[in-house]
Parts: sequence; C-alpha cells; structure tokens
Amino acid sequence: MKKDTGILFVFLALLALGSGMFFGSLAALQFIIPGFSDWIPFFKTRPLHVSLVVAWIFLASVGGIYHYLPAFCNLSLRYPSLPKTHFRIFFITGLLVLACYFMGYFGGREYWEFPPLLALPILASWMLFGFNYAGTVLEKKNTWPVYLWMWGTGIIFFFFTFSEAYLWLFPYFRNSIVRDLSIQWKAYGALVGSWNMLVYGTAVFLMEKIKGDTKVAYSTQAYLMYFLGLFNLMFGWAHHIYILPVAPWVRILSYAVSMTELIILAKIIRNWRSSFSRGSRVRDSLSYRFLYASDVWIFLNLILALAISVPAVNIYTHGTHVTVAHAMGSTIGINTMILLASCFFIIESMPEKSNNRSAGKIMKAGVVLFNLSLFVFWTSLIFAGVSKGVMVVEGKLSFREMMDKINPFLITFAVSGISMFVSVLMIIIPVIPSLGRYIAKRTSL
Amino acid sequence: MPLFLKRFLFWSLCLIFLVYTFYLYTSSTSADRGLAFLDEKAKAGKLLFQKYNCTACHQVYGLGGYMGPDLTNVISAKGKGPGYAKAFLLSGTARMPNFHLSSEEIDNIIAYLGYVDKTGVSPIIDFKLNADGTVSAGERK
Ligand code: HEC
Repeated sequence: MKKDTGILFVFLALLALGSGMFFGSLAALQFIIPGFSDWIPFFKTRPLHVSLVVAWIFLASVGGIYHYLPAFCNLSLRYPSLPKTHFRIFFITGLLVLACYFMGYFGGREYWEFPPLLALPILASWMLFGFNYAGTVLEKKNTWPVYLWMWGTGIIFFFFTFSEAYLWLFPYFRNSIVRDLSIQWKAYGALVGSWNMLVYGTAVFLMEKIKGDTKVAYSTQAYLMYFLGLFNLMFGWAHHIYILPVAPWVRILSYAVSMTELIILAKIIRNWRSSFSRGSRVRDSLSYRFLYASDVWIFLNLILALAISVPAVNIYTHGTHVTVAHAMGSTIGINTMILLASCFFIIESMPEKSNNRSAGKIMKAGVVLFNLSLFVFWTSLIFAGVSKGVMVVEGKLSFREMMDKINPFLITFAVSGISMFVSVLMIIIPVIPSLGRYIAKRTSL
Repeated sequence: MPLFLKRFLFWSLCLIFLVYTFYLYTSSTSADRGLAFLDEKAKAGKLLFQKYNCTACHQVYGLGGYMGPDLTNVISAKGKGPGYAKAFLLSGTARMPNFHLSSEEIDNIIAYLGYVDKTGVSPIIDFKLNADGTVSAGERK
C-alpha cells in the first residue's frame, strides 16, 4: 500500500471538520451578538461553515472508500494513480472556494454558495472517482456486499444531483421562483440522499468488519433497506417545499414515501439490542463508540424527520430552527459519528498509531462531551423552532419580538455549538501527529 | 436476493425517477401566478439577490437563512412595502450589512421581491388541519 491516497483525503477531511466547526462557532456567536467579529461578517462565515463541513462529509467518505477497497475488500484500484489527481483537483478547487468567500464572490445558492464556475472542476474530479470505482468493482464477479451497491449509488446520484443543482443557470429554470425552488430542493434532497448512501454504506462496511458479521452486508433484509433508502432518496424530498404552489401530487407522494421510513424505525427498535457486539476489546475502540452513538442519533433523527414530513406538523416547523435541528442532527449525529468511526477505524489499524494513554483519555472524554453537547444543541434548536413556529402562526408578534423571545434557546445553541467544536478538537488533535507520520511514509502529494 | 432482481429493482426505480423528474421540470411546476410581473428588472434583481448572498440571512418561502425575516411577502405586508424594503437596502441595520448598492440595483431587487410576492404566500398562517395529517391552505384575505 505505497499509494494510500485515501489517507490524504481523511487527513484533509479532519482539517475541514475542525475549521468548518470554527466558522460555525463564529457564525453562531454572530447570530446572537450583532456586530461580533466584523472583519468577517455572517454572510461569509455561514458559507465557510457549510462548505467546509460538507467537504468533511465528502472527503471522509471518499477517503474511506479509496482506502477500504484495496485494504479490506481485496479489490485493487483499477487506476491507482487517479486518486491523487482527484485529490489535487479537489484541494485546489477547495482553496479557490474559500478564497471566493473571503473576498465576497458568491453564487448565492443555499449549500453551494460559491461561483458556479467552480462546480466544473468538482464535477470533473468526481467523474475520475466514479470511473475508477466502476472500473474497480465491476471486476468483482461474485456477490457484492450491499455497501458496494450503496457507494456506487451514492456516486451516481451525487453526479446527477450536483448537476441538477445548477439548472438555475438556464433561464427556463431560473425565471420562475416556483420551478427554481422546487428543482433546487429536489436536487438537495437527492444530494443528501446520495451522501447518505456513501456514509451508510460505510456504516454497513464497519459493522461487517468490526463485528465480523457478514450477514449485515449480504442478507436480503440489507438489500431491502438499501432499496427503501434509494426510494426515499428519489421521491421523499418534498417536505422542503410543501408550502410552494406546485402540483398537489408532489406533496402527497412525498408525504407517503417519507412514511415508509417508519419501517426503518421499526427495524432499528427491533434490532436495538442485538446490533452491537459485546466484546470489551471492540467496545473499547473509538470506532465502536462512534458507531454506537450514531445508532442512537439515527433513532432520534428519524422520529424528527418523520414528524416534519407530516404536512400538519410541517406547516408549523417549516422555515424555523426545527429544520436546522433536522439538518444538524443528521449531518452531525449520524453522518459525522459514522465518518469519525470510519476515520478511527483506519487510524486504529495503522502501525503508526500512538499508544499514549493520557491522549486516549482526552479523546474518550471528547466523545462523551461531543454527544452531550450535540444533544443540548439539538434540543435547543427544536425548542427555538417550535416556539417560533407557534408564534408565527399566531401572527401577533413582529419578527424582532419573536427572535427576542427565542434568544435564550439561541444562546444555549451557540454555547453548546462551541462546546462541540472544543470536543472535536479534543478528538482530532491527538491523532494528527500519527496521521502525519503515516502520510510521510506511505504517500506523496 | 438474486442479482437479476436487484438489477430489475434498481433500473425500474431509475426509470420511474426519470419520468417523475420530467414532470417536475415541466407541468408540475408550471403554475406561477406571478409570471406577468417578471420583467427584466426582476430577473436582474434575482441575480443580485444571489450575488449579495441575501439567502445567508433571509428566506423566500421559508427556505434560506434564519437571521432576518422571510421576504416572500414583504412588498405587500401590512405596514411594509417597497419604500420600507428600500430603506433597509439603503442603509442596512445593526444586523443587516449595508451593501452600498446603486439605486438601479435597489430598484431591481425591489422588482424581484415584487414578483415573488405575487407568486404565493409564506409563511402560511391561514390553514385548516385535516385528520389524515394534510393541510388545506386558505386564501389570503
Ligand atoms: C447578515 C445578515 C443579512 C444579510 C446578508 C441581509 N440581510 Fe436583510 N435583514 C437582516 C435582518 C436581521 C433584518 C431584520 C432587521 C434587523 O433585525 O436588523 C433584515 C431586514 C431586511 C428587510 C426588511 C424585511 C422586513 O420584513 O422587515 C429587507 C427587505 C431585507 N432585509 C432585504 C435584504 C436583501 C435584499 C439582502 C441582500 C442584498 C439582505 N437583506 C441581506 C439581515 C440580513
């Protein structure tokens, strides 16, 4: 494994996570203290935060896949030098995106707030990834574990949905707010679905490797869950646009499709106790701890997602901080927990890993603090959102009065957000030196 | 699960998805009550709205940032209107930056907000909840 470019992705992913949470903390403070840190105003810190943490999710997923295929799946990459090209393009484009935000050049669309031209190199590098992935896994003639399907699906749909998110460049789509917002959120729904495919695929992979249980990756049930996920990715996104004047069937279909996630909820509850191994050696690993935490967060967030997909609930929560709770709960509680499990699975299997016990203690404390802070963060957003939603519908208070009323929740949100940032530093700083040593030995830029 | 069944399910879902996507690109999103108000100024205004990243703080139809108010109906809301919105764009507030926009830029953004206002209502506060979890929206009075 001389060319382990996957690790470079993982390293950059951890840096993106740390800096993304830094800007998130800054933005949260600016939210509650007008004029705070004026040198970089909120309309710049917000996209810096969003793009860096989205980059974390993609870099960590992609890095894991590049690393796992040859190291654990017995599939050597079809084009072993392409990952490095992918990495270079992504890295340089990332720097350009950050530079644009600092200088105030925006594309001004939610999620992808950078100028649209920069989407081209991202798409090109993704094609290299897809091309390499297909070339690699199509060699495998015997039955695929479900995660190979999931990763492939994630790659294809990211390509589709990322392109779809740029249809606004055509006047046909841009020049009607109803069509523009519908297609934008259709694309984002599938976008999140596509990265969930990458991340959940990684979770299944880790369960298989950590538990040594191949059933999770090959059983009919595993495949049924995959198809249910795909079905939701495609058709279950419209809770974002229930209030837009689109054709009614769009709403009704999405409502019905979203409710099929109840099946997943039922399955989680049934499998709750059996889904994790009890061996203490395994349980001691950070990787296991993160996976365990993600299981709890999947449960909590699924309930929230189901609730806001019901139009009668959505009408109160749409456009409020409940939507933020939903987004944060799934990107942090589920995606980040699984991806940290993946990063630590790789790090803990490196010969270069350090065995410093006090660092280990700090990291374990970091995991606990991370989860507790997230819980406070998540609940304060729900309280803020529900209060605002009820006040909006009552229609008695002005915007400013409502914001003042929910300010205590927003302060709690900012404080717990900063505490999450600190806990992530406690988790990732101790592993930077050993990752650096590993990279120096096994890869080159 | 046999391979042919997996392939069949995968490709059928993809096919249905493509048909679904086609309808969303065309007839299902074609009802736009404001189209008559979408002149060249409003079109330019939309691009300015993106250029200055207003969406970081503001929502349209409840989609966007949370620091400022939803702008969908600011042009027709009681006590607000084009002049009111202009005042914010001219000088900003403690929370909203002054973007030092030209008067042409301001006019275009106001034209865009005027168009958005005609397309519908957000937030919806006049509605009826149904027993099956759906909502029937009332018309704005
Ligand atoms: C950094 C956040 C921020 C950005 C960026 C921003 N605004 Fe604002 N805006 C606010 C806040 C907050 C208010 C509410 C007044 C207050 O509390 O200061 C507001 C109020 C307004 C209002 C009055 C709305 C009402 O219903 O009272 C309009 C109109 C407006 N902004 C338009 C815009 C436009 C157009 C842009 C982009 C050129 C923009 N804003 C960018 C934060 C922002």
